[in-house]
Amino acid sequence: MRLNAILALVMLAPAAQAGEIWVTNEKDDTLSVIDTDTLEVVRTYPTGERPRGITFSHDYSRVYICASDSDAVQVMDPATGEILYNLPSGEDPEQFVLHPDDRHLYIANEDDAITTVVDVETRKVVAQIDVGVEPEGMAVSADGKIVITTSETTNMAHWIDTATNALFANTLVDSRPRHAEFTKADKELWVSSEIGGTVTVFDTATQAEIAKIVFEVKGVHPDRVQPVGFEFTPDGRTVFVALGPSNHVAVVNADTYQVEEYILVGRRVWHMAFNGDHSRLFTTNGVSGDVTVIDVAKRRAIKSIKVGRFPWGAAYRP
Amino acid sequence: MTPYLTSLRAIVLREALRFVHQRERFIAALVRPLVWLLVFAAGFRAALGISIIPPYQTYITYETYIVPGLCGMILLFNGMQSSLSLVYDREMGSMKLLLTSPLPRWWLLLCKLLGSTAISILQAYAFLAIAAGFGVVAPPWGYLAVLPALTLAGVMLGALGLLLSSFIKQLENFAGVMNFVIFPMFFLSSALYPLWKMAESSELLYTICAVNPFTHAVELIRFALYGEVNLPALGWTLLAAAIFSACAIWGYDPARGQIGRRR
Repeated sequence: MRLNAILALVMLAPAAQAGEIWVTNEKDDTLSVIDTDTLEVVRTYPTGERPRGITFSHDYSRVYICASDSDAVQVMDPATGEILYNLPSGEDPEQFVLHPDDRHLYIANEDDAITTVVDVETRKVVAQIDVGVEPEGMAVSADGKIVITTSETTNMAHWIDTATNALFANTLVDSRPRHAEFTKADKELWVSSEIGGTVTVFDTATQAEIAKIVFEVKGVHPDRVQPVGFEFTPDGRTVFVALGPSNHVAVVNADTYQVEEYILVGRRVWHMAFNGDHSRLFTTNGVSGDVTVIDVAKRRAIKSIKVGRFPWGAAYRP
Repeated sequence: MTPYLTSLRAIVLREALRFVHQRERFIAALVRPLVWLLVFAAGFRAALGISIIPPYQTYITYETYIVPGLCGMILLFNGMQSSLSLVYDREMGSMKLLLTSPLPRWWLLLCKLLGSTAISILQAYAFLAIAAGFGVVAPPWGYLAVLPALTLAGVMLGALGLLLSSFIKQLENFAGVMNFVIFPMFFLSSALYPLWKMAESSELLYTICAVNPFTHAVELIRFALYGEVNLPALGWTLLAAAIFSACAIWGYDPARGQIGRRR
């Protein structure tokens, strides 16, 4: 017993890998920066109004923030927390993706039913693409050829050819699609539907539906099971899906499309980000105003950290 | 071996033998908290999970919350059961044999207390192991850290049992102990619900819960299970253990206590 305990202690000692998780607080107009080792908020920076989507440039020298109510994508210097300038973004930017070329941001403009493409170097709008009503989820394939916008009200995933910036396919999904991701090898596209309560998996080549994942949390009414953000482990075999007001994160086997486990986190879990070595996952819990840290290997919540009001997006910075 | 150790060994061994020979008692002692964990907690699953209270670092299920309280329940029932066995001993005459020993009476009572506490701890660990089997786990080092907490809480509740046994004149009165000691102690504590929930419904109930030594025993176990020391709980449990032991020794004193008066 004692020996086991000591062994377990040694095994538990985390491989120190300093890093930070940056969280946008939708109602506080701030960013909270969490140290991934001490699991404490180390800094808080003011941002524009209603910050939601957040992503870093590939060299982590800039951080892009969707300040939805300021109608701007803000560019911040992560070293100082200073807002350097705003990018033109179209109205009400909610989510975006940075193209693998590290230069083009694809932004969903929720109120305008368009996707705006911005060149972050010239700071100019390159293109605006008409999509469905209330676009939100954004994804880009690893090879950079396809960008996806999901529209909340039209209930579609719109497939954008990045060479022409034109739609080449539209696929129906369940009610209110929120988030989309390509699997690492670009073979599949996963789309979560908040109201439909499902995640739909498409074959990238044919845009045909391969599978649909449904969730069922013990003791929670099905209406409250609302999949939103999700993240793949680096090996692409496991997916963590935030289930909104059910206050649980589902662990899904990406090969069999079966839910393996549900992890209790804070209230209205929304988006998430891994730390550097992918040993811990940080989920933003909007209503309870905290970030829950999940031990990825053990699939267990280890701590919840208070941040600002209504944390929304999360991104990792080494 | 000094006579002190001989008597310690004899009394603890007798407790252990009695325990081993009553397998039903062991099973019953485990079934009770398990019913709570697997049936009662299932119904109350959604009742918690809305607030983080120390020592927990994140949101927990109700099952996780009540495990320390159920450990306390094992210690409480076992403490009372050993007091029941003392009443039985007294009726059967074997206590006379014990008390005629030349050793000081407080020593004999202490041996008895240690014996029954050791049994309680074994049961609590068996329960923790089964709970872990059902997925309710604490950090690994917590299982080691909880040992002193279980010991102190066990001694405190065992001393309470001893004290009660000096007052109970007949075996039949044990039902009264159930009604007036075990149930109020268990329900008016933080074993089943956090005290802030209690405070929401009634300030008076909250105050009663907050002074209940069983609450502090449970909190001591709860924090220890997560590798933390709850100093107020430790203080209150120690104080209660000291008072109950002193009263029990007084109660068994032939010159002053209940035993003497009965003659």
